[in-house]
Amino acid sequence: MLSLDRLRPLVLSLMILGLIFGMWALGTMGGSKGQVVDDEYAKLVGAAAATGQKSAFPTPGDFLSKLGGHLADPFYDRGTNDKGVGIQLAYSIARVLSGFTLAAIVAIPLGFIIGMSRTAFQALDPFIQVLKPISPLAWMPLALFTLKDSGVSAIFVIFICSIWPMLINTAFGVASVRKEWMDVARTLEVRPLRKAFQVILPAAAPTIMTGMRISIGIAWLVIVAAEMLVGGTGIGYFVWNEWNNLSISNILTAILLIGLVGMALDFIFARLQRLVTYRD
Amino acid sequence: MNPYLQVQGLAKTFPGVAGSSELVVFDRINFEIHRGEFVCIIGHSGCGKTTILNVLAGLEQPSSGNVFMDGREVSGPSLDRGVVFQSHALMPWLTVRGNIAFAVRSKWPDWSKLQVNDHVQKFIDLVHLQGSEDKKPAQLSGGMKQRVGIARAFAIQPKMLLLDEPFGALDALTRGNIQDELVEIVQQTQQTVFMITHDVDEAILLADKIFLMSNGPHAVIAEIVENTMPRSRTRTTMHHDPQFYAIRNHLIDFLVKRAKAISSGLEPKPVHPVVVQPGILPKAA
Repeated sequence: MLSLDRLRPLVLSLMILGLIFGMWALGTMGGSKGQVVDDEYAKLVGAAAATGQKSAFPTPGDFLSKLGGHLADPFYDRGTNDKGVGIQLAYSIARVLSGFTLAAIVAIPLGFIIGMSRTAFQALDPFIQVLKPISPLAWMPLALFTLKDSGVSAIFVIFICSIWPMLINTAFGVASVRKEWMDVARTLEVRPLRKAFQVILPAAAPTIMTGMRISIGIAWLVIVAAEMLVGGTGIGYFVWNEWNNLSISNILTAILLIGLVGMALDFIFARLQRLVTYRD
Repeated sequence: MNPYLQVQGLAKTFPGVAGSSELVVFDRINFEIHRGEFVCIIGHSGCGKTTILNVLAGLEQPSSGNVFMDGREVSGPSLDRGVVFQSHALMPWLTVRGNIAFAVRSKWPDWSKLQVNDHVQKFIDLVHLQGSEDKKPAQLSGGMKQRVGIARAFAIQPKMLLLDEPFGALDALTRGNIQDELVEIVQQTQQTVFMITHDVDEAILLADKIFLMSNGPHAVIAEIVENTMPRSRTRTTMHHDPQFYAIRNHLIDFLVKRAKAISSGLEPKPVHPVVVQPGILPKAA
């Protein structure tokens, strides 16, 4: 049984959703089923694109039936430009996870070094400060030129955008491990490797995990834009392709799914974060 | 008998901040501690008690002077000297058992899981924490946390135990209970102990010798008060001993008047601390 306290916001949420759909329905109600562009343009783009729901903004009903269609068969593959949204999302998630994992492999050990050594921090800080604010997409041409592969370049862009929050948070977490814990380790003559894994890592884990959570969020934002640039596969490419097809319903479907996947990724990392957080 | 711990000419100087002259916290600190002795050090804040303890622990380097432990010079932290920190310094992500086991595995890395567990349990029992083995520090009261800290320090069976005002943050009742436990454990283990305290009664209960420090800067250990009361004294009965108030008054007088008088030059500053027995000779000072 849901208690009243939990029921109230749920009802309110459903009402807001209803309101959105209601306004959407009102706004698209009078939409003509006829031709919506002028004759010349209709000739140019073909009747299908110029008339009916394909060019008009879809009604909620159109959208929901389209969404239902996508969800009923998400993994079909009928050639390069016609793949199910499930497959497109899988490509995007795979790219995000590989770029993110590579970034973690580099950022966490490097962050450890920066956090432990003032010299390393001072030496690397100018590079971090300059590189951090660069839009990850600005690296794309350079990546395409040097890596010569659009798929790998997309992964590189994810790598470069996820590395900074993890690097900075790891360094901060490691540098702020409490002196008393380090003193305990010193008086117990704990060897460096054991100290790193059994004192510093668990002490800094919540901060590191926060960095990872920020990174995965940014990576998921960036992958859509990156895939619009490199094309071929992925949910970003799907959005751009459907824009070229003028299928607003498909774009809306993709937008919704991007949101849901992003939420799921954040949820997973929030869980991991809770797992390593300690109460003091 | 050679002293177990020998401190010679210890001094600590901090560089001056922003043009001011350097600060000599203490200099010419000389003392000895014999095996099995319980020593308390008393002095006002800022006289460098904690710094001395940290030097003994090897956590801080003195500006000059030497510390010898069992014939070997102390140059850094070592498993020979267990430390109980003022803030308990437990690792919050480990359980009670985990915290103590961490120390035990540091000392005996080759022990099996079973050996470690047995040893840990022994020390959990010693501080009466049965039933809380699998709790995290956040679930424990202040007194229980400090018990874990004590168990962790005792569990590595160090040559010497250093306690930095371990009961300062506890309420009077809890403090009394843990003091009793500490007396019991020290008697069982014959541990050599060096402890900082602000509590005069605590020092009289626990210590065989009480070191009195003058105020800083240029603080010294001015006197060593030998506790002539029998070791069987307890918290509940010791104030009936005629010696108790003689010793207590001597300590209070020192803290209230003489600590300052010595630092300001009104009283001579001894190079080697004067040994006194105010319990037996009431008018020692």
